[in-house]
Amino acid sequence: MRRVNRDQLTALAVLAPSLVLLAIFVYGFIARTAYTSLTDWGRDPSQALAANPVIRYIGFANYKDLFTGFLDARFRQDLVSALFFTVFFLAGCLLIGLLLALMLDRNPRGEGFFRTVFLFPMSLSFIVTGTIWAWMLQPSGGVNRLSPLVGLPAGQFEWLTSRTSIWQFDWNRLPLVTALVVAAVLVWVAVTAYREGARTRGHVAVACAALLALWALTGGVTVKLLPYPEPHGFNLAFVGIILAAVWQMAGYTMALYLAGLRGIPEELREAARVDGASERQVYTRVIFPLLAPITLSAMIILGHISLKIFDLVFAMAGPDNTQTDVPALLMYITAFRGNQFAKGAAIGVVLLVMVAAVIVPYLASTFRREART
Amino acid sequence: MKKSVLKHAALMTAILVAGSSALAQGKKVEFFSWWSGDEGVAANALFKLFEQKYPGVKVVNSAVAGAAGTNAKAVLKTRMLGGDPPDAFQVHAGQELIGTWVVSNRMEDLTPLFKSEGWLTKFPKDLIPLLSSKGGIWSVPVNVHRSNVMWFVPANLKKYGVTAPKTWDEFLTTCQTLKGKGLQTPLSVAGGFAEQHLWESVALGTLGTQGWNDLFSGKLKFTDPRAVKVWDTYGKVLDCANKDMASLTWQQATDRVVKGQAAFNVMGDWAAGYMSSTLKLKPNVGFGWAPSPGTAGTFMFLSDSFGLPKGAKDRTEALNFLKVLGSKQGQDVFNPLKGSIAARLDSDLSKYNVYSQSAAKDWKSNKIVGSLTHGVVAPESFMNDFGTVIDTFVNGRNAQAAAAQTQALADQAGIGK
Amino acid sequence: MTTLPTTTAPSAARPRRLDFTRALLYLGLLVATLFFLLPVYLLVVTALKDPSVISLDTTWQLPPAWHWSSFADAWAKVSGGLRNSLELTLLATAISAVMGSLNGYVLSKYSFRGANLLFALMLFGMFIPYQSVLIPLFQFVKSIGLYGTIWGLVLTHVVYGLPITTLIFRNYYGEVPDALVEAARIDGAGFWGIYSRIIFPLSVPGFVVVIIWQFTQAWNEFLFGVTLTNPASQPITVALAQLAGGQAVSWNLPMAGAILTAIPTLLVYVLLGRYFVRGLLAGSVKG
Repeated sequence: MRRVNRDQLTALAVLAPSLVLLAIFVYGFIARTAYTSLTDWGRDPSQALAANPVIRYIGFANYKDLFTGFLDARFRQDLVSALFFTVFFLAGCLLIGLLLALMLDRNPRGEGFFRTVFLFPMSLSFIVTGTIWAWMLQPSGGVNRLSPLVGLPAGQFEWLTSRTSIWQFDWNRLPLVTALVVAAVLVWVAVTAYREGARTRGHVAVACAALLALWALTGGVTVKLLPYPEPHGFNLAFVGIILAAVWQMAGYTMALYLAGLRGIPEELREAARVDGASERQVYTRVIFPLLAPITLSAMIILGHISLKIFDLVFAMAGPDNTQTDVPALLMYITAFRGNQFAKGAAIGVVLLVMVAAVIVPYLASTFRREART
Repeated sequence: MKKSVLKHAALMTAILVAGSSALAQGKKVEFFSWWSGDEGVAANALFKLFEQKYPGVKVVNSAVAGAAGTNAKAVLKTRMLGGDPPDAFQVHAGQELIGTWVVSNRMEDLTPLFKSEGWLTKFPKDLIPLLSSKGGIWSVPVNVHRSNVMWFVPANLKKYGVTAPKTWDEFLTTCQTLKGKGLQTPLSVAGGFAEQHLWESVALGTLGTQGWNDLFSGKLKFTDPRAVKVWDTYGKVLDCANKDMASLTWQQATDRVVKGQAAFNVMGDWAAGYMSSTLKLKPNVGFGWAPSPGTAGTFMFLSDSFGLPKGAKDRTEALNFLKVLGSKQGQDVFNPLKGSIAARLDSDLSKYNVYSQSAAKDWKSNKIVGSLTHGVVAPESFMNDFGTVIDTFVNGRNAQAAAAQTQALADQAGIGK
Repeated sequence: MTTLPTTTAPSAARPRRLDFTRALLYLGLLVATLFFLLPVYLLVVTALKDPSVISLDTTWQLPPAWHWSSFADAWAKVSGGLRNSLELTLLATAISAVMGSLNGYVLSKYSFRGANLLFALMLFGMFIPYQSVLIPLFQFVKSIGLYGTIWGLVLTHVVYGLPITTLIFRNYYGEVPDALVEAARIDGAGFWGIYSRIIFPLSVPGFVVVIIWQFTQAWNEFLFGVTLTNPASQPITVALAQLAGGQAVSWNLPMAGAILTAIPTLLVYVLLGRYFVRGLLAGSVKG
């Protein structure tokens, strides 16, 4: 018994350095960044780069600037861009990854070769990928020159330098839209509550929804965050970056799906066939539902990667292409080139919150499940 | 000849006295810049000259290429913050240095060097105040480029029966004439900094020299109706330009003029170097130039300069390096290769090409104002966001909003304080 | 962790489909292969062209003459970074692998109250956007005097590598039967005895997976490299970004540089692909 106790102590001692390091490097530094984001470090140029800068606490002014200050339109566009990028990147990876996995699952000849080919971009640095694709996407070369090889006219799309933005909305409408969306969710909560017979919960939800809707229709329509309308949308210059990102990461979803497909017992498929399911139904009724959890974890892993995307954009479009800017890149530029350290820290915190919103529930559910088993 | 031998001997003694012990350890000076490629060749000539003058001192060249110096600036920042400053670093003369590094007390005052080298009278008298603040002089300018130049091909203008416009209003008329003759994009503009570069020529031409200076001394607000008009004019000028700006480098924009796809291009005079050295065109024949509209008699300059950071590891060598940079010989070795002119007034013009000779003449006789895009009149914090303002304007064309944003930027950056 | 697609699965027993479907399958695979390999073709072809024959119109053509000197030129620019990357990657990988192995051993065989929560908190560290720790990290590395050296970078990679290495080893050791450990304990083996006699000898595949994964991660990393180093200590990705960032450069140079940068991780991938995939799948946390 004493022996075990001493071993337990040794075990803790072995774990301790890692815990301390991570406590400092993750939680300590996050706390420090959060604090920095509440200061004026960088607002006064004479203090920004001084050896011992005088830094004052100014509350949430940096966040207010980022979301409603009219000089920070770039940040807001970056947020919108990051969301659009995430949606298309996820869709591309999941779709192509699934297609590739389904094809490989049919045991084509040379399967090993194909798998190697589809996965090799995963081993490359985003910087390498970005360098290659920047060349692929030259407006009058590369991809646009593929069609002449088969006798068609050359492509005209401007890829990384396009200035076209589609699906625009006015940032001033954001509170209104948010209020309406939240109200809609509350209505849904109320409906489910009534159905479950939880009347009080239902009443509260309905009341909140009504209040929000009332505010949206009276105050919300007139609220102005900014003195000018500020359109934000999906910048078409991102299409090329999405393409390169999918090229790099589709192999990952393929590997996940393939592992999942190979994990489905053949008897299950056979059973479905015996029950008279067509080949198509075998997929839609048996296989795809079984792949759903894989899709979910792929979405979370890829989603957090895409919210953090930095190197790829840096290498492909450079740090100064505002059309292809993303929050992670803006943070680096704001802090380490624009000397606005506090504002850079604030962008870092916003980024962290977005990623945490995706990751924390995932980690929590994983460990809760593990604890149960 | 004799004099230079004497000088050489004197320098040698100075060095031996200064640090004969250090010589044995292999002295060095670290030179940080974003010059690579063709500019790297010019820099190498300078290093060679320095190593001749100061034998035993090795120049360590830390060039960080890429993105017109923006990569280098980020690296420099982390190095300075990290307590590892290079001995001498490239920075645009003026507010880019002052607004970032001088105000944060990171630089050494070079006034003693200017005095001991007799430089106070060697540079144009309008220049020194632009290098100074808080009672000190902070950097040694090694070259001068002109920002407000309009480029064209003389034969093409003749073909269309137009001349280089003298004002921006005249430019807009000429633009309509050219469009009427089937030239869809009379002006070619590149992306990135080139859009800001065009803006400063429009602003200078619209506001005049005094107006431009007032803008950056805080006497004229960016929201003043005169300043708002700059944005209106800029918008109209852009209507004469190609729509695919963002996909062009400045060289490609120049190519369009050379190939006759556009009539005019506004770009700094490094374009002359590109057309004469790379495209092998003859000045005044293959390509022509004029001050950009409304700016005749004014030389809007930018300059690469070098300062001495506090805590430089090889301070003595760094000072010697600055001496070479500011010397007549140093400037006349570097600039003909770089395609710029010397900042000094006494350079040997026979070493320069036809374009540079004409620019040097203007440098001596014109009124001198600083460039915005290239860091002379506004600090980095202003420039970092001004690009976004231009971008927003190009997409949305709201002059009032752009003016208000610029004023807010100016307030934030402390312009006119 | 889900099992791995390392060999052809038993589903091969399925009856052969129509030849038409089969043809469609191969057509799909061909298109996909083109999508993945065309950039590689362009990369190699451009790297082997003389700068004077590179033009956008002839992007896809083979070089008229093989031109190898771009590699020498690119080598001159990135070899310093390559050496730095090699040093820092090997060091960071070795240290974080050993620490991860010990952590995994502790967490799987000496579990204690709250260990799961603690482990989840550790894991969070591998998902955070590093921008949210960049400024304090920079200040910290500077204050301990490691700014501008590869040691600062090694430390950073070790710390932020700990979550994934711990995760992989924890899951790996979870498969080692507790009875084995218990038997050794009855024989009188202590913490270190069990580790050296039972756990470590079984760890080779785990180490291979972790080492490959960490090597690839550290080699490919950019943000820390660009923030914590100076030109003398910068890793190869930073050197490549600078090589490629120049506006007026001809494209043969960055392409050759990209090949040089990619070779080490590509080699690892091609030679040890199946372990690479295992690390890849481990990244999706699942136990």
